[in-house]
Amino acid sequence: MLEVKNLSMRFGGLLAVDQVSVDVQEHEIVSIIGPNGAGKTTVFNCISGFYKPTGGQILFEGKEIQGKPDYRISRMGMVRTFQHVRLFGNMTVVENLLVAQHRHVNTNLLAGLLKTPDYRAREKRSLDRARYWLNRVGLLDMANREAGNLAYGQQRRLEIARCMVTEPKLLMLDEPAAGLNPAETRELDQLIVSLKEDYHVSVLLIEHDMSLVMGISDRINVISQGRPLASGKPEEIRQNDDVIKAYLGEA
Amino acid sequence: MAAENIKHAFFCAVITLIIAYPILGLNLIPSGAVVSLEGADGSTIAAIIAAAVVVFLFQLFRDSIMARLGFLSRVNPLSGREPMPQHKRARLESWLLTGIIVLALFWPFFVSRGSVDLATLVLIYIMLALGLNVVVGLAGLLDLGYVAFYAVGAYTFALLSQYTGISFWMSLPIGACLAALFGLVLGFPVLRLRGDYLAIVTLGFGEIIRILLNNWTHLTGGPNGIGGIPEPTLFGMEFGRRIKEEGNTSFHETFGIAYASEHKVIFLYLIALVLAVITALVIRRFMRMPVGRAWEALREDEIAARSLGLSRTAVKLSAFTIGAFFAGFAGTVFASKQGFISPESFVFLESAIILAIVVLGGMGSQIGVILAAIAVTILPELAREFSDYRMLVFGAAMVLMMVWRPQGLLPMRRIHIELKDQG
Ligand SMILES: Nc1ncnc2c1ncn2[C@@H]1O[C@H](COP(=O)(O)OP(=O)(O)OP(=O)(O)O)[C@@H](O)[C@H]1O
Ligand SMILES: [Mg+2]
Repeated sequence: MLEVKNLSMRFGGLLAVDQVSVDVQEHEIVSIIGPNGAGKTTVFNCISGFYKPTGGQILFEGKEIQGKPDYRISRMGMVRTFQHVRLFGNMTVVENLLVAQHRHVNTNLLAGLLKTPDYRAREKRSLDRARYWLNRVGLLDMANREAGNLAYGQQRRLEIARCMVTEPKLLMLDEPAAGLNPAETRELDQLIVSLKEDYHVSVLLIEHDMSLVMGISDRINVISQGRPLASGKPEEIRQNDDVIKAYLGEA
Repeated sequence: MAAENIKHAFFCAVITLIIAYPILGLNLIPSGAVVSLEGADGSTIAAIIAAAVVVFLFQLFRDSIMARLGFLSRVNPLSGREPMPQHKRARLESWLLTGIIVLALFWPFFVSRGSVDLATLVLIYIMLALGLNVVVGLAGLLDLGYVAFYAVGAYTFALLSQYTGISFWMSLPIGACLAALFGLVLGFPVLRLRGDYLAIVTLGFGEIIRILLNNWTHLTGGPNGIGGIPEPTLFGMEFGRRIKEEGNTSFHETFGIAYASEHKVIFLYLIALVLAVITALVIRRFMRMPVGRAWEALREDEIAARSLGLSRTAVKLSAFTIGAFFAGFAGTVFASKQGFISPESFVFLESAIILAIVVLGGMGSQIGVILAAIAVTILPELAREFSDYRMLVFGAAMVLMMVWRPQGLLPMRRIHIELKDQG
């Protein structure tokens, strides 16, 4: 469903991403790994429309999307999280989920002012969806707290829930396990697999935690200093000499 | 450090002299066809020098003076108080508001005509400030040309009534929608700009509208303005002594009471009150709707908001347009109240005052903004004894306020949407 071909991104003199290709099929978890500064986040930023790539092609469900505005891409069903959590800290946990569903609620101002039955029904549905996902990620008790006051691990889960209420086809997670303890990482592991199995969402994952990546990925792409190094199934990557030298050996 | 301070203080004092001397120390005396320049008398010169000395001393000891002033905020008895729980506060707020509205409904029948007139002005400012609050306080867009939309509303009514004889009630929605349209058209290219740039462009737009009104003489009457703007009617009843429009009846004859000029003033006041209440309620509702949350989300974290599919331009444009709409509303009422408008009424100072109301009240907070609108409109009236110095008093009050309570009178507390237990 997602196909990235020969993507390049240049910042002035720095070629941060050089001819990287990634593809994600339906019902698949694909990971991008690489040492710090390899250009993983930059690839994400290009795919999600935050950067306009300087070269290459990005296809989502057969349509070219490179250079499209970020909100359009998100509306097509490709939603991302961030390496550093970006919640609306002054809003409550539910409100964070409601913002994400703005398109599901009637955007007609008059309908909202007059509280038409249709508007109420939509509003109720989005609250229900929020309740469902809060329950799913174990945050229902926190629903009315300010998002900024949650513990770090909870914020991470809220960010994923916030993506899921938009009902995406492809979920892009940028280092979701960063800063989590082993127990939380295991929970996250199960959550991601369940997103794929139970909700039919494909996942594109950036992660440093090797056990997580090796455990759940269907395929892995390794990039180093902006260039593709290897790609394949987890066991192939584990045995790839280049990868061991460039990445696993260094750790 | 000390040497630096002295240099800076000296510099400020010299600037004070350079600015103050020509303005206060030199007088232009017209004698017949020629104008001659005359130095001021000794006491004025002494005052100017004294002012320079004060500036010098203040700048020299600025750090310690400001530290002293900062101490004021600790004196504030309310500063360390626990915030009230949300449902209690909401209940208190709605009681308070209902009380104020009821009081406001009956109040004009017991006071002087002048007070009612002033109160109408206050209500117009409340509408303006509530509208600008959407743009600045909720959406976080600094708009320095808000008065332009106010002018559009006022001139729409003035021109329409002059050329087509349209009534106040017809013109109210037209003026508001036209102002909103202006907001939309201006906002579209401009809202990609950030912070300071946006402020400058909107400032420019405000001036352009004013200059246009000033120079498009054959349509707007230029600096002479437009007069004879009709007052609102009540179901075709006019409030003047004699009927101006054919087919209308007059209020005092219909009800068989003696003519009193107060009727008209009170009626206008009540219209302004109803419109201000509507403005407040509508905006309050917006704040809890998806649009309101979108404004807030975009203000809090633009990147995250965009990643969730919020279009920056569309969201900002909606705030800008809604803000302009209510300015148009206020403009129509203003034109009708004055009966005469000219570009004089729509200068930059007006934008600045409305912005000051929003900032003083506490960005985003409706009650705060309403209180600030009352204070800012009435204080200069009360300070009339200070005549020439009242703007100075006003400025000093603002500075003190910002030192004392930088977050505004009543800073915004969000009304959270709560997820009820399984219902
Ligand atoms: N907006 C930008 N302007 C200039 N250089 C940038 C920009 N964004 C990223 N870079 C550079 O591109 C390179 C790749 O950065 P990127 O954040 O994509 O790495 P990463 O693989 O995500 O690293 P990490 O594992 O630390 O998150 C870095 O050298 C970074 O400094
Ligand atoms: Mg990164």
